[in-house]
Amino acid sequence: MKLSRRCFLAFSIGGAAGTALSPLPWKLTDDLSIWSQNWPWTPVPPDGEYAYINTTCTLCPGHCGIRVRKVDERAVKIEGQESSGMNPGGICLLGLSGLQLLYGPTRIQAPLKRVGERGENRWQTISWEEAIEEVAGRLNDLRSKGQPQAVAALASEDTGTVPQLMKRLLTAVGSPNFYRMPSMEDSQAAVLALTQGEEGFVGMDVEQADFVLSFGSALLEGYGASPRMMQAVNRLRADGGKLAQIDSRLSNTAAKSDIWLAPKPGTEADVALSIAHVLITRNRYDHGFVSQWAEGFEAFSAMVAEKYAPEKIADRTGLATDQIISTAIAFADAKHPLAVYGKGKGQQPGSLKEALAVNALNALAGSINRPGGIQAMAGYDYIQWPALQPDDVAAAGLQTPRLDQKGDVVYPNPGYKVHRMIEAVGAGSADLQALLVAESNPCYSLPGADKVRTAFSKIPFVVSFSSFMDETAMQSDLILPNPIYLERYEDVPVKAGTTRRRVGLCRPVVAPLHNTQHVGDTIIQIAHAMEGSVAAAFPWTDYATCLKETLSDAWETLLEKGHWEVPETTHAAGADGFKTASGKFVLMNETIGAIYLADAPLPAGDESEYPLQLVAYDTIRLSSQYVGSSPFMLKILSDTTLKGQAGFVELNPETAAKLNLKEGASATITTPAGSADVRVHLDEGIRPGIVAMARGLGHTAYDGFLAGKGVNVNQLIAPVEDPASGLDAAWGSWAKLAKG
Amino acid sequence: MSSNEKHQTDGRTGDAHASSPSDPRSGPYILLFFILGLALSMVVGWSIFPKLLYSQKSQPIDFNHKLHLEQVDNGCQSCHFFREDGSFSGSPRLAQCTDCHAELLGESENEKIFVEHYVATDREVPWLVYSRQPDCVFFSHSAHVFGAKMDCETCHGPIGKSESLKPYEENRITGLSRDIWGRNIAGFKQNTWDRMKMDDCAQCHAQHDTLHDSSVQTGRDACFVCHK
Repeated sequence: MKLSRRCFLAFSIGGAAGTALSPLPWKLTDDLSIWSQNWPWTPVPPDGEYAYINTTCTLCPGHCGIRVRKVDERAVKIEGQESSGMNPGGICLLGLSGLQLLYGPTRIQAPLKRVGERGENRWQTISWEEAIEEVAGRLNDLRSKGQPQAVAALASEDTGTVPQLMKRLLTAVGSPNFYRMPSMEDSQAAVLALTQGEEGFVGMDVEQADFVLSFGSALLEGYGASPRMMQAVNRLRADGGKLAQIDSRLSNTAAKSDIWLAPKPGTEADVALSIAHVLITRNRYDHGFVSQWAEGFEAFSAMVAEKYAPEKIADRTGLATDQIISTAIAFADAKHPLAVYGKGKGQQPGSLKEALAVNALNALAGSINRPGGIQAMAGYDYIQWPALQPDDVAAAGLQTPRLDQKGDVVYPNPGYKVHRMIEAVGAGSADLQALLVAESNPCYSLPGADKVRTAFSKIPFVVSFSSFMDETAMQSDLILPNPIYLERYEDVPVKAGTTRRRVGLCRPVVAPLHNTQHVGDTIIQIAHAMEGSVAAAFPWTDYATCLKETLSDAWETLLEKGHWEVPETTHAAGADGFKTASGKFVLMNETIGAIYLADAPLPAGDESEYPLQLVAYDTIRLSSQYVGSSPFMLKILSDTTLKGQAGFVELNPETAAKLNLKEGASATITTPAGSADVRVHLDEGIRPGIVAMARGLGHTAYDGFLAGKGVNVNQLIAPVEDPASGLDAAWGSWAKLAKG
Repeated sequence: MSSNEKHQTDGRTGDAHASSPSDPRSGPYILLFFILGLALSMVVGWSIFPKLLYSQKSQPIDFNHKLHLEQVDNGCQSCHFFREDGSFSGSPRLAQCTDCHAELLGESENEKIFVEHYVATDREVPWLVYSRQPDCVFFSHSAHVFGAKMDCETCHGPIGKSESLKPYEENRITGLSRDIWGRNIAGFKQNTWDRMKMDDCAQCHAQHDTLHDSSVQTGRDACFVCHK
């Protein structure tokens, strides 16, 4: 028998027929379809017992109530808390993707000591005992040299037990140099103190307003507690109310507003005072409030009459006279008008003159301490610790002036002028020998980020409590990692424009994933390891005890509800008068008059060399403070903000034509602070002559999801000191753009 | 031109080939090879393939369902319980077992392994679950046990009467147990619990007239009732 081709074919056909008559192909098809669902990169929710934990988000000052869904010990989803008074059911993109921060690769997993050069990212893992001993040793050294004031601390907040423990450590050591990162809160506190004599924070009753006039506040892009603000603006529009946005760029908030004015950046105070002029000259202000409660109305009227008639400021602001008049009339027509300030997300203090001018509009409309208006909120006073008994070294150190108090300003309110401390160190001052940094990333998020980094390299000892390997942690000598907000207890007093005094409880959703230690415990342990009277200032064995004792009766409420509505201890000013000397709301007095006379804080630079203005803008899709954007947020950025590794600037087509730049073109942007390669996106929603760039890109630290993408706008912006308050009021810079 | 010539030459050679269909001698061979192919592939498909498809694994420790069932008050639900929210707990976790087995209770070798390897080291027992379905299958035990008042045996068989755990036959492609497709590779079954594929769900639902009309298009159960 000879094997022929036909025999082979017959064998094959027989084989095929036999296979078809066997279960093999059918079973294989079925199995392969199931196999295709088992690919390891397909996300599959774990199976187990579901649980929901109510806690508080600390990723931004909004401090929303959140609800975390767990399956067994794994956190699987973060939602907005329905029962939260702040953000009923709402959550922002960063809050939503918090689990990527929890389980992500940039967590610092144990205490680290720098081995290589600063910023080289070479570390050695050390024990907590060694870490505490080293910090305590360095602080003891400074005290023994009689330089306790050379220790400073920088935190993201100044209320709540953790920032207060840090401040107490400094006070016990003998240093007045506790700082909070710059914020709109600084200007708000100054305005409140100047006009109402109140030490507290500003509440904005957006929920009951029927006309909101926003001076560059990104109400729909992360201002205050962003879900609350979005819900309030949606409610406003659904009820027939109106939103007016004053913004040189057609932001999302501007796009959804009823009135949009695009003045030249930096002239917002002039616009506000010009609106005041219209209200007064047309007799459209609240006579009842002004006659009964306002002090200095005549002087204020005289000032606006002299300098702020709409036609007089038209050139300076770039707005048409009738635009200002019609906006002022719309504001006056409303029953509950509300004017708000704080540019972008409110993460910069801004100009004090502008804040006062905008607040004056609220006073003229009578929208002070009434529904739909600005509310003076008493500060939180639940932290009542025993008074400190500083020893001689500490007492001497506390007598020295703070590092940011060098330099004159019209209104030297305390505030936190972090840029002055950085400038002093950068200029070679030896007044700062040790810096403790908690929950903040100054080397990335302060204007003049490059200079901040250089200044950090001159500080002999930097300790970071960061949970992530961020730009500031990279510049540290020691990293003592804090567990992130989903792994720890903390009291979180809410400000961020809320009209309800509320302390949220941040509580562990999962057990700490890494060898981290609560910063509160770390501070207490450092203090206990120190000499002199420092240890005695911390009578608690650990942070948990301190927290429970501090909150005393409220602790049970916090555990049960997840938040505590703090009863008003002081009556908000109104029917019983204001807390000022005259008992009235101060529209104008000597100090306020001097502030109105001060120059607008303008960036340094020569307009002939730098013909454009760079404006940094905030977007809800990027985080620009301590916590970097999550991978999820970068995925949803538009191609005109970030494409691949390239960051974009937005430019009016008219400006682009003059510079011969087309959509998508590569260009180099140069400012007095630095330069960067960018690509150009043309948009008619930008005022001609302006270059807009998003905050939150251009990280050099973190991981491959975030590092090296786009440009950090803070590198291109230098701090601009407000002549009125001394706070950093930088909103942008002079700039030039050339084909790259 | 040369290729045409070659073609013709080939054609002539073909005509003269010994196994031409016109050649009566080649017929039986072709049939033989056809049958050979058919038989071999049937052997592969029906016998060798199932053996290759499944690997045998033993459970981390053996478990006596019968013995445990005699000791507890609430039948299967004593260990395989429903949580407060109505979800089903499935295989017991270590914490449940340690309610009774914090220390050795008897003299069984398996219990000793369990206490030493898992209880003492606080490790979960990596049970191999015979009834695990693919991730896309959504199944509510509550709806069936409380809603339809079904007993466990209808789907899981008389496992409560077993004294030891059978080997886990793992499908090398899907990672699931052989019990889902059933012992019989052709898919025939004698008992309701012999296999647990989609058709088996559908069969029972059709028999008991429990078709819902959640799909507008078909007037029957929508795909997403079970496939989530």
